[in-house]
Amino acid sequence: MSTPAQNPNVRLGPLAAIGLVASREIGTRLRSKAYLVSTVVMLVLIIGSTVVLKLLSGSGADATVGVTGPAAALSAPLQASGKAIGESIDTTTVADEAAGRAKVSDGSIDALLIGDGKSLQVVVKKDLDAQLKNAFNVLAGQLELSQQITALGGDPAKVSADVAAAKVEVRPMEQPYDYNGQQLVLGIIAGVLIYISLMLNGQMVAQGVVEEKTSRVVELLLSTIRPWQLMAGKVLGIGTMGLIQMILIGGVGIVAGLATGVLTISLSAALGTVVWLIVWYLLGFFMYSIVFAALGALVSRQEDVGGAVTPALMFVIAGYIVGVSVLPTDPGNSFVEVLSLIPMFSPTLMPMRLAMGGVPVWEAALSVLLVVALIPGLIWFAGRVYNNAVMRTGAKVKLRDALKAA
Amino acid sequence: MADQLLEIDAVSKSYGATVALRDMTFNVRAGELFGFVGSNGAGKTTTMRIALGVLSSDSGQVRWNGEPITVETRRHIGYMPEERGLYPRMKVAEQLTYLARLHGMSKADAKRAVGVWTERLGVAARRDDEVQKLSLGNQQRVQLAAALVHNPRILVLDEPFSGLDPVAVDVMSQVLREKADDGVPVVFSSHQLDLVERLCDRVGIVRNGQMVTSGTVDELRAGGAVRLIVHAPQAPDGWADQLPGVTQRGRHGEKTELELAPGADDQAVLRAALDTGPVHEFAHRLPSLTELFRHVVTEETAA
Repeated sequence: MSTPAQNPNVRLGPLAAIGLVASREIGTRLRSKAYLVSTVVMLVLIIGSTVVLKLLSGSGADATVGVTGPAAALSAPLQASGKAIGESIDTTTVADEAAGRAKVSDGSIDALLIGDGKSLQVVVKKDLDAQLKNAFNVLAGQLELSQQITALGGDPAKVSADVAAAKVEVRPMEQPYDYNGQQLVLGIIAGVLIYISLMLNGQMVAQGVVEEKTSRVVELLLSTIRPWQLMAGKVLGIGTMGLIQMILIGGVGIVAGLATGVLTISLSAALGTVVWLIVWYLLGFFMYSIVFAALGALVSRQEDVGGAVTPALMFVIAGYIVGVSVLPTDPGNSFVEVLSLIPMFSPTLMPMRLAMGGVPVWEAALSVLLVVALIPGLIWFAGRVYNNAVMRTGAKVKLRDALKAA
Repeated sequence: MADQLLEIDAVSKSYGATVALRDMTFNVRAGELFGFVGSNGAGKTTTMRIALGVLSSDSGQVRWNGEPITVETRRHIGYMPEERGLYPRMKVAEQLTYLARLHGMSKADAKRAVGVWTERLGVAARRDDEVQKLSLGNQQRVQLAAALVHNPRILVLDEPFSGLDPVAVDVMSQVLREKADDGVPVVFSSHQLDLVERLCDRVGIVRNGQMVTSGTVDELRAGGAVRLIVHAPQAPDGWADQLPGVTQRGRHGEKTELELAPGADDQAVLRAALDTGPVHEFAHRLPSLTELFRHVVTEETAA
């Protein structure tokens, strides 16, 4: 009989061991209804929300107004006044009032502007949309003003040009970033996705660790592979499945958005968002899941997992809540800017800020570097806690004891 | 294969002020069934865990064939932990295949071995059931399969017989015997001393983290005090009390059980018995393992 070390039958390198553990996790996840259901639900949500956005926004302009006769001259001023109040208005010239009325009643135009071009009369089906009414009122005011100026012997065109030119001159010390409304929405969606994914998959790691501890199978496993291999395989396996979920949801969301025309940002900006989302999911997942694995090893019952991982979870939740409550209204908030550079908060805040745009390159790079630098320390911490705690069943192992015991 | 030797050499382990193992020393040779007995908390499980590398020792060494045991050589051990453990929601065959592969087997070899062992241990029909759906006894069989499936060169089994029905006990005994006959050193702990006595080539008794005595069952029994069973119906109670080195250990009906101190003369006992009347039986009796064990435990409480 050959000596065991020479027996090729039992060679199992660390990578092979990690691979085996990871593929078991992947197999388990693939067969888990929870994983499949959560993926489908998130896909439905993301496609559903693009469809809803699409229906809400309608196509092209906010309103279409038909003009006829002398009122046709008011087309340009109407569009201008609409723009001034943030409503995009299309105008279309109709042959006569009767034709226009027909179009109003079949709904192909929102309103029909008639009259002599000096006063405004609008035909609508039932009532006038509030925004559109504002636009008409602004226009009516301008018409009246022009007539008064003419009556006083002035030149209405010159007056309105001068009035338009007179405005406060802003001298910014720093070039402000012009945030795009769609990117703000994208940022929020990115934040929600990262948050849900960290919560689901991170906790999955902790639950997996406790399952092995509760069922005591861990003793059998640790008699063949090292604790770090078991931990690495678990994190890798669950992380891969989370990544697939994230790519699927992010990709489908962007494609749905671009295809329906809800998203009008450039393809490269959209892809950039997805790529950053994936980078930050990976960084955040590895950072948190190894901590979750260690904290999970401290307890022996599934009921205690929640309590054990709460301290680490607080950072995820805090980052997320600060992000979704501050960033939509104030994307350049300097408190969030600082917070997003702190590794514990980066995974939730950075992807939101990156999707919203306007993040200096050095900040994006620094936050990645800090998290990457922190991970080896966390691995050391988690490995130590895991090694010391995973075989101690019964009462919850105190974190201090787990760190102390050699 | 005479050099296939598992040595536990002066292994010590303490948890704070509690000493779990104190210079635990014994060895198991190839082809030998070694029974590891001792009361609860004596250190059997701790010893096995250290041998498997699941626990680290404070000092001492575990060697195989003269070499300190390593992660690689540990993959040759078939282990059955005292705390039984399998993934409850994993199917029997998948689980065993996974464990075999963790021990370094190829996928094909692992599948073949799973087929063989589930058949052998009578759980072949349950291969595609989740472990949690099996009865406790069948879970035990799967657990044993997990210890055997990678064709181990050493077997370390912690309480393999607990919770088994008599049929399963027979199957388990047979398998262990076969493995030993194949040249595998087999160590197992058990509280079923009659079973240990019947099955094991050698036995070690532990107390307070130390090996108190070890040897073949016959050696141990011979080392114990000699007992005599005397059937003398007319002998009064305490008839042998005056004889030097003789203590009465019990009286069962008309039979008296006597313990002879080393050097005591059994012929003097026979003469004294004949003086009381007829003697129908006069027999030497070696102590059973159970009695030896009790003796050791009594010493423990006395100490």
